[in-house]
Amino acid sequence: MPSTAETALRRTSLYERHAAAGAKLVPFAGWEMPVQYTGIRDEHLAVRRHAGVFDVSHMGEVQTRGPQATAFLQRVLSNEVRRLPEGGAQYSLLCREDGGIIDDLFTYRLADCEFLTVTNAANHQKDLAWMQEQAAGFDVDVIDRAAEFGMLAVQGPAARELAGGLADGPLPPRMHCCQRDLAGVPVLVCGTGYTGEDGVELLFDPEHAPAVWDALVQAGATPCGLGARDTLRLEVCFHLYGNDMDERRNPIEAGLGWCCKEQTGFIGADAVAAARAAGTPEKLVAFAIEGPGIPRPGNPILGGGIVTSGTFSPCLECGIGMGYVPSERATPGTGIEIDVRGTARAAVIKAKPLYQTKGP
Amino acid sequence: MSDASYPDDLLYHPEHDWARLKDADATFGITWFAQDALGEVVFFDPPPVGTTVTKDEPYTEVESVKAVSDVVAPLSGEIIEVNTALADKPETINDEPYGEGWLVKVKLSDPEEASSLLDAAAYKASLA
Repeated sequence: MPSTAETALRRTSLYERHAAAGAKLVPFAGWEMPVQYTGIRDEHLAVRRHAGVFDVSHMGEVQTRGPQATAFLQRVLSNEVRRLPEGGAQYSLLCREDGGIIDDLFTYRLADCEFLTVTNAANHQKDLAWMQEQAAGFDVDVIDRAAEFGMLAVQGPAARELAGGLADGPLPPRMHCCQRDLAGVPVLVCGTGYTGEDGVELLFDPEHAPAVWDALVQAGATPCGLGARDTLRLEVCFHLYGNDMDERRNPIEAGLGWCCKEQTGFIGADAVAAARAAGTPEKLVAFAIEGPGIPRPGNPILGGGIVTSGTFSPCLECGIGMGYVPSERATPGTGIEIDVRGTARAAVIKAKPLYQTKGP
Repeated sequence: MSDASYPDDLLYHPEHDWARLKDADATFGITWFAQDALGEVVFFDPPPVGTTVTKDEPYTEVESVKAVSDVVAPLSGEIIEVNTALADKPETINDEPYGEGWLVKVKLSDPEEASSLLDAAAYKASLA
């Protein structure tokens, strides 16, 4: 990818809405995205208590279709794609042969031989190239659909009721998807999200984005930026690609073994099976700071290890984070110290999630 | 959150700090622009009383949910008081950046340094 400094940032079709709402816009993965509107803490708490709406149109989409679509995806994705029913959703990883994580993805099965996979914006071109390369020998089309979808996440205990009131039929259950008219436009409604709360994600023609956004905000969803998206996902210990895992980490050390089904023979399965059997030198853990201090990515963990995500938790009201530590020190309850810009801050490794939501 | 303002009775450092001079002492804080750029402050861990601060050098940090920001000393001296009330209510830095949101009081080692700081009009012009 060309350096963002010399490349014009892309804007989603909601740019004017964000600017009018007073959003602070920042460069993110080549896009100019809202990091916050009124404040990260307010937006975070709105999602935990009621409902928030996030513009996640920067995320990419890849369509896979053809007689061997299932067989192909089963080869590249770590989870058990053949068990994914029509109208189902599944989280999985794209791995290299050595188990290194290329991306983490949600895949929706739209029909028997048709799937839609949502990629991280920064990884979209890389994922697409990888998938197309691996598709040789399969009777399948792997098609870039990133430009054809806008995407909103509506999240929070009231999100379903709020979005459902705009739809022409019932919303799909958790980890399912279906086509609906919502706010008067055709929308692929998905019972997924990345905040730990119940809610839906909506995919639609980008030209309809303002209509869907306006209807959701009118119905009471709080506009939320990427800042709150990050604090929400970290409280429930959902991984952020590029922080908590990348191509140098395998799924076992990253704590993502649960979405790897080695018996399917996916690319990287042998390496994952070997890591699962032998254990890994380091493991990704979640921790909370005891007392003052806010950990940040890159802070060293004393005695070995590094913080990969860190922030102030609006719900727990303390510094929280995730990071890699030597496996023998990865047990919940273990005390660690984090070097936060020269000050050793005491922390305790916690069971995941750090914050328990009521839903989904 | 407060509205943008830059009181005339303060001196300003281009790194978005202010100083309120009283005899050979000064109170330091961050400007409205600085707190707005940072977002809601959730943590301020002041340096201990007695710490020596040097003009143009960072002497402490303020943190929002998203980011940590160095705070630069507008003038040199020794810290004689810190705003301990911010430990429980760091958001005061957002609400009243020039009032209850002050950070430290300093006994100046070289009050003449103040001549290099900006007045409100010059600081405001630097933001344009």
